[in-house]
Amino acid sequence: MANHYEDEDDTVELDDFQKVSLAKWFLQNAPSEEMQHVAKDVREVLTNDRLYDQAAAEAFPEYNLKEMISLEMPNGTGQVLVSRYGEVDGSHYLDPRTAQVAAVDHVKQICKSVRPASDDELPSNYVEQYRASVDAEVLKYVEEAYPRGSCSVYCTNGKNNHGDGGEFELTVVISTSSFSPKNFRGGRWRSVWTVELNEENESVELRGHIHVNAHYFEEGNVQLATSYECSDSTVMQDVIETGVSIVAVIRHQESEYLAALEDKYSTLSDTTFKELRRKLPVTRTQFSWDNALQLSLSREAARQISMSSRVQSLARVEEV
Amino acid sequence: MEAAMDLMRRMPPCESEKALQSLVQLLPHLSQDLLSRVDQPLQVATDEETQKDFLLCDYNRDGDSHRSPWSSLYYPPLEDGTQPSKDLRQMEIEANAVFAIYRDQYYEGGISSVYMWEPEEGDGFAACFLIKKDGSEGADGRRGLLQHGVWDAIHVIEVGEVDENGQAHYCLTSTVMLALRSENKVSGTFSMSGSITRQMEDTLDVTDGHITNMGRMIEEMESKLRNGLDQVYFGKTKEVVSTLREPLGMMSASSFTGQSIQSNIINDMLRRGM
Repeated sequence: MANHYEDEDDTVELDDFQKVSLAKWFLQNAPSEEMQHVAKDVREVLTNDRLYDQAAAEAFPEYNLKEMISLEMPNGTGQVLVSRYGEVDGSHYLDPRTAQVAAVDHVKQICKSVRPASDDELPSNYVEQYRASVDAEVLKYVEEAYPRGSCSVYCTNGKNNHGDGGEFELTVVISTSSFSPKNFRGGRWRSVWTVELNEENESVELRGHIHVNAHYFEEGNVQLATSYECSDSTVMQDVIETGVSIVAVIRHQESEYLAALEDKYSTLSDTTFKELRRKLPVTRTQFSWDNALQLSLSREAARQISMSSRVQSLARVEEV
Repeated sequence: MEAAMDLMRRMPPCESEKALQSLVQLLPHLSQDLLSRVDQPLQVATDEETQKDFLLCDYNRDGDSHRSPWSSLYYPPLEDGTQPSKDLRQMEIEANAVFAIYRDQYYEGGISSVYMWEPEEGDGFAACFLIKKDGSEGADGRRGLLQHGVWDAIHVIEVGEVDENGQAHYCLTSTVMLALRSENKVSGTFSMSGSITRQMEDTLDVTDGHITNMGRMIEEMESKLRNGLDQVYFGKTKEVVSTLREPLGMMSASSFTGQSIQSNIINDMLRRGM
């Protein structure tokens, strides 16, 4: 195609800051588990390792925290979730279950080393028993419902509560991903539950936020993104019972959401094509290209004849 | 270029305009290539001459203007904009008329445009057939079933010269972009967007004419893409969800207890040499 778009000389060369910010945008939008592929592409597109390193250093931590990735701890004590609820500083993350702090290399997406958490990084014994009780129940639930899931329970408020009334807050995080290049698909499920426990009112208030993403990329690029919020409550009882009832609420709400999602799938697959493109034309037979061509030609001819006859009759009127 | 195309296959489809724009800025020397290889959601403009809407793409663009298939005029006006030859323009007019009937019968609304041009190299010609249907409630959705749903189809077809047997070779590349979104209290926000691209080649007798041959190929391709989209959008992505979280009906069967009972039975059978 010939066109006039080739005079690109007037486009302004981007400065380094602009290049880094565009590179960061690509990295931050990588589908789950595809960050390393996207990083490789971005490095190639930039053709400048210094700028790439700068973009990666800024984008990876944000991405890892948003995705809540889990990393194997080197001493064989399990996985640590990289989430803002356990963030000690920009590269250290608390694993409450093992009371360890993991040093994370964000760009390599590995855990380099662990150290025992210090006392002031951990909640009081009183809060810890509730935290551990919820953790044990969540672990059972995740094992059953999320084939490759990771979970963590953090104390996110009132960690110095010693059982003398008042409130404290736990945050339950569940994150799981799958990636199968040979099946051209990947995705992630993330749920975050904020759990407020009030000893005085014997009440537990839960707020949940669930995100599901999926990517399918055979002969194309199709992505699903969902977001769901809900809240619920239960009663604060003894330590064991409280853990059981909190996780029962989470299990119930997440199952309800999954049911709503499955419902959404079946209604949309039913209605989408009805509104967009029919399986067969309104005539219920395949389109007749020959007839349509004839039809449109004769329509065109009729239009021209009527126009020319109108012109002729107008001309005649003028003659008179 | 490879890396850039790979990025386009990984970025969220709903952000494809921003992704393409960024790549063009980062790789100005490849901008021409990128703009013609990456399909974008179709924009709509109005032909003031005929008061009809038409679709914009790279194939009817010259500089910053786009040619209308109805009047062949450029908007915004362009003095010396590229025009197809007289014969090709005649076929383009006919193709637009027929394709509009086709579109109405399958889509019950929407906008269509057909553009034709002579390729820079070789004989024959090329054409692109575009359809946009916004089936959202309040737009062109007849039944009010979709909160937001837009279909963009781009069919690019290269036609070779007619050979001594009266046959021509047709090579069709089709992309359909489909964006869906819904929002409510029960199921939260649900959005799915993307595109599927497929190719098809055939050598056909031209007795029935090019328009009929191209039309039949496009009709067959659209049926395939429609099924493909149905499978990918509502089958494959749902499969991904079920790899993340056990589907509700499966929970008990594959639960920890269920699995350990199963493995006990299997071990038992193995021990007994069954």
